[in-house]
Amino acid sequence: MNNIWVICKKELNSYFVSPIAYGLMAFFALVAGFFFYSATAIFVQRSMESQMMGRGFPMSVNEWVIRPVLSNVSVIGLFLIPMITMRLFAEEKRTGTYELLATSPIRDYEIIVGKWVAALIMYACILAVSLLDILVLFAYGKPDWKPMLVGYLGLLLQGGCLLAVGTFISNTTRSQIVAGVGTFAICLLLWVLDWVSAFETAAWAKVVSYLSVLTHFEPFSKGVIDTKDVIFYVSMIFLGLFLTARAMESQRWRA
Amino acid sequence: MIKVEGLTKRYARNVAVDNISFEVEKGQIVGFLGPNGAGKTTTMRVLTCFLPPTAGTAQVAGFDVLESPLEVKKRIGYLPETPPLYPEMEVVEYLDFVGSLKGLPSGDRKRRVDEVMEKCSVADVRNKLIGKLSKGYRQRVGLAQAIIHNPDVLVLDEPTSGLDPKQIIETRELIKKLAGDHTIILSTHILPEVESTCEHVVIISKGKLVATDTVANLTSRLRGAETVMVEVGAREGSLDAAHVFGKLEQVAGVSRVTARDPREGHARFEIESVKERSVRAELARMVVESGWNLHELHTVGLSLEEIFLQLTGGESAASTGESK
Ligand SMILES: Nc1ncnc2c1ncn2[C@@H]1O[C@H](COP(=O)(O)OP(=O)(O)O)[C@@H](O)[C@H]1O
Ligand SMILES: [Mg+2]
Repeated sequence: MNNIWVICKKELNSYFVSPIAYGLMAFFALVAGFFFYSATAIFVQRSMESQMMGRGFPMSVNEWVIRPVLSNVSVIGLFLIPMITMRLFAEEKRTGTYELLATSPIRDYEIIVGKWVAALIMYACILAVSLLDILVLFAYGKPDWKPMLVGYLGLLLQGGCLLAVGTFISNTTRSQIVAGVGTFAICLLLWVLDWVSAFETAAWAKVVSYLSVLTHFEPFSKGVIDTKDVIFYVSMIFLGLFLTARAMESQRWRA
Repeated sequence: MIKVEGLTKRYARNVAVDNISFEVEKGQIVGFLGPNGAGKTTTMRVLTCFLPPTAGTAQVAGFDVLESPLEVKKRIGYLPETPPLYPEMEVVEYLDFVGSLKGLPSGDRKRRVDEVMEKCSVADVRNKLIGKLSKGYRQRVGLAQAIIHNPDVLVLDEPTSGLDPKQIIETRELIKKLAGDHTIILSTHILPEVESTCEHVVIISKGKLVATDTVANLTSRLRGAETVMVEVGAREGSLDAAHVFGKLEQVAGVSRVTARDPREGHARFEIESVKERSVRAELARMVVESGWNLHELHTVGLSLEEIFLQLTGGESAASTGESK
């Protein structure tokens, strides 16, 4: 446990001494801010229209602002995640510091989990930037906070799952660029798998679309925690980290 | 302290280490000598549990590298060929990180970091970024990293490669200073390095063990090979090189004389002496007494190839041509 924290702290440190962390946060602040602004603008316009047409019941901020914004943010994650994970192992292998980690009295899984947790914290910090926008919503309206919390939990689970995939890919190469591009490609694939369900209803299409990380995010964005989805994400995280451990082991024997 | 038996490491295509066995006693400082590609790094990587052996066993402080890698790793300090440094970290920060990685409790760590910085003379750059340090400093930070947890065994892979002469001397001094507290195994492809730092030597070539011995024994086994270069010129007029050649051959202790290309009108010869005999004084006296000028006289150090030639009776000489 202590070893995991040692690795995690070192990774966080190297995230925050590099300009990339701040660059990603700034980029995310801009994009998330834009999503909030446009979603809010649409919301305001629609509610005025609906009032003029004499419909009594008020529209929900959660449904009209939070939900679409969270869905968009989860797509932005696909772009952020490769940037976060690409250097995790690839850079250490290139510079040779990997040899230090691998010859220290610490287990493979502690290195892997430490790095993954650091990546998750980094991702959470980036997401946290969007809390500023949420604060604005609270200042002007009365959104329900519980579904929001569920939405952010969903973002973290989905992120954690893609970060585990990225950790694995970074472990298989010495090049950050290869790791980044590879992770992006796989993330994209895991995202678009859902599209087959639009034109195919056979059993295989159901299986394929089940593997899409975005399908499982839908309920979270509505504020619903479905055990099925939590299990999906958690098992994907385990699978990614397990594959990383297998890769480390087999590299040792094959080397 | 270190016990290697029948160690073999096969990579996908080639056999890097082929059935080597040697032992290192507690407190010894052992030189691991061999030309590039001999399998030094590979052997060290097996000892440090970075790579598993294909066959055979390796034990450190009684623990097998395959059966209890964590116990082995706790007892080894390792400086790989390229020091494993994070350029974005400060020296103190880095050593503290390595200390925690090696399992030092946080209470002892600060004191220990100060100690090793002092020992390796890097205290003056404690708050500098590692990426900004010179090569000599980096190597010393690498050494500091290896001793941070006060390991029983130090494994140093070519600790002086890529340094300038002054840094090489400093690093060797530092290693000798560390010798008291640790059992050290260091690899090198330069013979003088072994002579100046180690008590024992393990020589490998092409993955095979060539010799293990004390440095003193090794040098006396090799002493027969003293080779002297002389450059002789006439006081006036021209020199009869054949005459000089004949005279040189007659000097007591000389076993062979080879004429070399003349330089600036001076005749040059390479002279080998018989075993256990230094012939430089006699050579000098003979040249001067014969009325010639002695322009140069120096011993030619044995190259690694010649050592292998000596040790293996000539067979592997051609195959070790890749050494530097
Ligand atoms: N990772 C590797 N994969 C395949 N072959 C390797 C690997 N590392 C080293 N070798 C080969 O093994 C042999 C021994 O290498 P090495 O142990 O690095 O020698 P040294 O350190 O004595 O120069 C060389 O022929 C080298 O090409
Ligand atoms: Mg080497």
